[in-house]
Amino acid sequence: MCRLALKTAIEPFSPYEVLTAMEAMQEGYDGSGLGLLLRGLNFDDFKYDSKNPVLSGIAHSEAAWQRLNSIMEQRGYELQYDHKFETIPSLVEAKDRYRYFLRVYKMPAAFAEKSTEEIEDELMLTRLFLRANGEENGNDLTAFSFWPDVATIKEVGWPLDIGNALTLHDNRITSRVCMAQGRQNTNYGINLYACHPFFIQGIATMTNGENTAFVPIRDWLLGKHYPGYMGYQSDSEVFAHILHYTLKQLKLPLQAYKHIITPLKNAELDKHPQGVFLRGLRDVCRRLIIDGPNAVIGTLPDETCLLVMDHKKMRPATVGGRDGAWAIASEMCGVAAMIPDRDPSLDFQPMREHTIIVPPDRKELTIWSQLDPYPLAQVA
Amino acid sequence: MVSARSVSVGPSSLSYTDLPWIIQHREDRCTLCGHCTAVCPKEAIYLAYRRQRMPKLDVLKKSRGNEYRTFVGIRQKTNMANACIGCSMCSMVCPNEAIMPVPNTNEHRTLFFHNQKGQPQTRGGRRNVSGPNLLDRIMFNRISMLTDPALDAGRHEFNLTTTLGRTLAPEEFLKRQREGGWIPPTREIFPFVIGSMSFGALSPNMWLGLLQGVAYCNEVLGIPVVMCTGEGGCPPWVLKSPYLKYIVLQIASGYFGWDEIIRAIPEMQCDPAAIEIKYGQGAKPGDGGLLMWFKVSKLIARLRGVPEGVDLPSPPVHQTLYSIEESVMKMIQTMSTAFGHKVPVYPKISASTSAKSVLNNLVRNPYAGGLLIDGIDGGTGAAYNVSMDATGHPIASNVRECYLDLVAQGKQNEIPIFAAGGIGKNGNVTQNGMALIMLGASGVHIGKYIMQSVAGCLGNEKSRCNVCNVGICPKGITSQNPKLYRRLDPDLVAERVSEVFMSISTEAKKIMAPLGRSQSLPVGMSDALGISDKDAADRLGIKYVC
Repeated sequence: MCRLALKTAIEPFSPYEVLTAMEAMQEGYDGSGLGLLLRGLNFDDFKYDSKNPVLSGIAHSEAAWQRLNSIMEQRGYELQYDHKFETIPSLVEAKDRYRYFLRVYKMPAAFAEKSTEEIEDELMLTRLFLRANGEENGNDLTAFSFWPDVATIKEVGWPLDIGNALTLHDNRITSRVCMAQGRQNTNYGINLYACHPFFIQGIATMTNGENTAFVPIRDWLLGKHYPGYMGYQSDSEVFAHILHYTLKQLKLPLQAYKHIITPLKNAELDKHPQGVFLRGLRDVCRRLIIDGPNAVIGTLPDETCLLVMDHKKMRPATVGGRDGAWAIASEMCGVAAMIPDRDPSLDFQPMREHTIIVPPDRKELTIWSQLDPYPLAQVA
Repeated sequence: MVSARSVSVGPSSLSYTDLPWIIQHREDRCTLCGHCTAVCPKEAIYLAYRRQRMPKLDVLKKSRGNEYRTFVGIRQKTNMANACIGCSMCSMVCPNEAIMPVPNTNEHRTLFFHNQKGQPQTRGGRRNVSGPNLLDRIMFNRISMLTDPALDAGRHEFNLTTTLGRTLAPEEFLKRQREGGWIPPTREIFPFVIGSMSFGALSPNMWLGLLQGVAYCNEVLGIPVVMCTGEGGCPPWVLKSPYLKYIVLQIASGYFGWDEIIRAIPEMQCDPAAIEIKYGQGAKPGDGGLLMWFKVSKLIARLRGVPEGVDLPSPPVHQTLYSIEESVMKMIQTMSTAFGHKVPVYPKISASTSAKSVLNNLVRNPYAGGLLIDGIDGGTGAAYNVSMDATGHPIASNVRECYLDLVAQGKQNEIPIFAAGGIGKNGNVTQNGMALIMLGASGVHIGKYIMQSVAGCLGNEKSRCNVCNVGICPKGITSQNPKLYRRLDPDLVAERVSEVFMSISTEAKKIMAPLGRSQSLPVGMSDALGISDKDAADRLGIKYVC
């Protein structure tokens, strides 16, 4: 069973805190892997400018490491900071990890003339180029994310062991948002890319459960021929891509995500003030309807965090916290472990129609219901 | 040499054992009531007087002679025109279980005489290939075991509808929504559609029963079933009724019935479900409708705008059209315009290796609302046997190919593909239909299965009955003769329609629940399919399992 933990706080904290919270949820969990995604980064030995992209991944050989350097150089990126993990290799199952990297780059000067969209595409294409390069060379190079203010770590094994292997408890890296998922892969083969959270252009999601509608959704996304809609070693990757499609391609508000993945029933649409539009949206995005059972936890570039359930609500997820710090976890004990000093009676478990949004100010939760009016004026 | 006329055996002479069905008659039980001979649609049996010689020998008188006994019995005719078709109506009406047809297990000779007077065999029914077909062998094997979400088919909420009609790409939809542009019409329907069977091919009672049943499914059971008229129009009272919304009106190459339809447009209370333009039919590719004079009754003649009692062979092609491209340009757009662009319009073609070209043509036509592909196992009311048995393309690989073509273009949600042809041929209607849906069809059309299940059609793929073409349907399903069709009670047909769709609905849930699917129809969920035939698995892109 997947275990999910997300913590978001105004004060940066160590990812190790989240890893220990995952220990609280270890029951019924196979500990086959860890995925960590950090946002709002702080390095104790480097003053990081959050506009600069961070490249995260693993080089499995020295040759791959050198190729990585030359590729980044050729593409005009200037290395600003190279975080060196203190590693204890004996704690990691795999033996071909030459180097875990987390490197801050300065964007090429030519980017000054490019639009935001062009820059975002270039960053994504660079990550995909590195990934393809690794795959062409016997999977000796793995690139998880390349984006401002985002760091990703993925590895096979027990989450706390991996945290210890990378000495994440040393507080050299802290962040304001940390997403952690503890399982390598639910339904398909073991593959480093298959581990959640999945990332695309600043958008990240992680999921528990099984995506039973995976193949039709994947087929539809592949048909968009968008370079970033690829991979799919895990059935959960499509949740990140649907969120990306909703926000970046369709340019719809965050609330549309829920209407796309779990549309309302006809009887509910008949009563909804924007029922006609939402019915149309459901029809045109019909192939993106998820069938669960899933809880999807996501984060956006502005550090907004979200949680949604599938329509059947057959996977658990709870959100709780206090002004300034919030946690979302697949188990209630995970929330308790991450934010012990909260009022647990205010913890909330969303129902099928809810989207839980923790806004960047982290003051209070927004519980948005699909039955509420849809927040896009022009369709009203 | 002069033939011996005294022996009454000619080249076409047949005996009982040469016929596909042999009448077994028990004289000891027969009451000579005559019901069987009256009901037989083929006049294959007759009451006959027979004489039996009783040899008489008087030993004392040393004389010998004969006495003759006469008796009455039922006899079977052995000429082709009256050969028994195995419908068993005789045994259904016999009060004493004295008569029944039994299939001739030996090879029979009639196969070689279906060409008398130079006329090849025509019949109704389906391709005469029996036994499990490919669809029957597909298994649903992606059982959702890992994260224990197996659903409860009886308690969970399931969404079993599909979209009929063109859907825009999401980007285009939002653009038109902003700019107030035209959003193509769609219908949310049950994915099992009653396929096109014309008012003409079917009897009035059958048609009425179907319509009543469909209305009941929609209005009482909440199962949004739609039915298609087939070529030949629709009774005017239906056109002007609120039930029109459950009806797909078909236009085919004979344009029969469209005078009435066009004239009724101003008086329609609601729009029809869709318009189907028939370019081809799986059972008889290259043939149009073939309504024979026997079935062109006064009512049918009026509906179709033709004289009574004349053959109505529709041309194989739409005579006004030069090519499918032109058809797409002209007909689809014209029909869409006729109904104010508020009704989905889609073509129906025979499954073919060229189906993909037609599909790609439709993809580029903003008015095309889908494509119905009809496979070789589809049924028909009348066709040449050779067309039915040997011409056409099986549906499964054709639909799969077309769907994957759309997937490659990212258009699979825009143009729904509907599949027809042999669904439920062996009774496994839901399994066959859901297999096609998971291969990529948005829904399926069922015609023959409906006749068999709701009205007790006796036809099968071993040449039983299959006389729909000559209007002598013993059950009154495909006859225009009131003496025959009054046998069929429309209310009972309607009841069976609702029973059949309730059952399909439950079975569909029983298939979807173990796959963990309930919120949307699993269109294209090919990862759920397996078959124990490597070649078929490779061809369809599904798992080979053994």
